[in-house]
Amino acid sequence: MPVSIYIPGPFRRLTHNREYVSVEGTTVAEVLDAVNARYPGFDMLVYNRERAIPAHINIYVNNQEIHELDGTATALQDGDQLAVIPAVAGGAGAPGNGAVPASAALTPDEVMRYSRHIIMNQVGPGGQRKLRNAKVLVVGAGGLGSPVAIYLALAGVGTIGIVEFDTVDLSNLQRQLLHQTADVGKRKLQSARETLAAYNPHVTIVGHEAPLTSDNAFDIIPQYDIIVNGADNFATRYLVNDAAYLSGKTLVDGSILLFDGQATVFKPGSGCYRCLYPAPPPPGLVPSCAEAGVLGAITGIVGSIQATEVFKQVLDIGEPLVGRLLLVDALTMEFRTMKLRRDPECPLCGEHPTVTTLIDYDQFCGSPPLVAPEPEPAAVGGDS
Amino acid sequence: MAVQVQVTSVIQKVVDGQRQLDAEGLNVAELIDDIERRYPGFRAQLMDEHGQLHRFVNIYLNDEDIRFMQGAATALSDGDCVSILPALAGGCHLP
Ligand SMILES: [Zn+2]
Repeated sequence: MPVSIYIPGPFRRLTHNREYVSVEGTTVAEVLDAVNARYPGFDMLVYNRERAIPAHINIYVNNQEIHELDGTATALQDGDQLAVIPAVAGGAGAPGNGAVPASAALTPDEVMRYSRHIIMNQVGPGGQRKLRNAKVLVVGAGGLGSPVAIYLALAGVGTIGIVEFDTVDLSNLQRQLLHQTADVGKRKLQSARETLAAYNPHVTIVGHEAPLTSDNAFDIIPQYDIIVNGADNFATRYLVNDAAYLSGKTLVDGSILLFDGQATVFKPGSGCYRCLYPAPPPPGLVPSCAEAGVLGAITGIVGSIQATEVFKQVLDIGEPLVGRLLLVDALTMEFRTMKLRRDPECPLCGEHPTVTTLIDYDQFCGSPPLVAPEPEPAAVGGDS
Repeated sequence: MAVQVQVTSVIQKVVDGQRQLDAEGLNVAELIDDIERRYPGFRAQLMDEHGQLHRFVNIYLNDEDIRFMQGAATALSDGDCVSILPALAGGCHLP
């Protein structure tokens, strides 16, 4: 059946400057193949080496991103409209939801949806557009990642990346707001996508369904403006710290155990996680939440604080939690802040750095490497 | 010197689950010795066998990290508050 496909400006040199191409196909994949048959090389623009759609390309079927549908297997009807929208580096290109230029005015629907934010003069329509253009990576869709991702989606942060390769377990439901009873056994990334799309279908969720490693961190982290750490182990925590610092990205850090929480913001040059804790505890010395337990609601407190710090960074308002470590004690309900300094001896951000590239973090932390479960072909995982 | 000591998360289990206790000492090392006398095993949470402070536990005098002061030799005054804070891994499941 004939389907029309919109070709973005940067790709039109292939299509002899045609803005729309009409081809036959019953699925998105068939249509992309048909375009490639007519304009060889198109493949290279819309697929990565693993023949997945890379994170910087969104494909829409009648204004719905195919991640929210069945990916490239999405079935097409006669007369459907496809659009290929690449993220454009540097300012006024495609923002989070792809089809809208960064500078575009807010739609009436956006003005209504975000009115409680827009009405505050620290936000305003300009701030809301900044949120729409923001790209934030959330490492982990668990206890901390859940409230962070939900509040970012609710606020209209245009592009939310999620690194997660786990599946939903019954014991997650005591605290992980992204997942519900019916999601047990499902890929966490898929469950997160569905929850976030239900909360706000206008934001783009980019999935990275693999453990973050020294091999892929530099493919993922530089795509984002701000990184939020909700990692559940020390190896990933140090990896995210190092990769964010080496990529020049602001890192919003949070951690929880028992009734306690910690949160801080690391901006390159103002100290890092290694300045705070120069070395990880030997395995087994500091128990995990699985071993020691954690209050479900503390994840909401610390995650909400992390989300708040992201908004402040994007909007450039208030005093960021930089150079301060916030401690939350749910039992006494005391919030205290400690001074956090850049350590001149820090091996990463100190005067004479010795960590200048990513290392083997499992070895550094003395822990066995994380192993991803077998990928399921049904799960559409963005790239990586 | 009477000093108030605030203990976070996992270290509480070695001080009978207390979150706060009073202790004495002219400096941080003496303070740790004082608590160790009452709660054997406390010191091992903070220091290795050579008396070197662990790098994954931070000790704050009021709101300042003692690593940026004189470490375990940092002097204490009456009424000071010392906080002991281990690194937390965060999210939740893998050990
Ligand atoms: Zn540092």
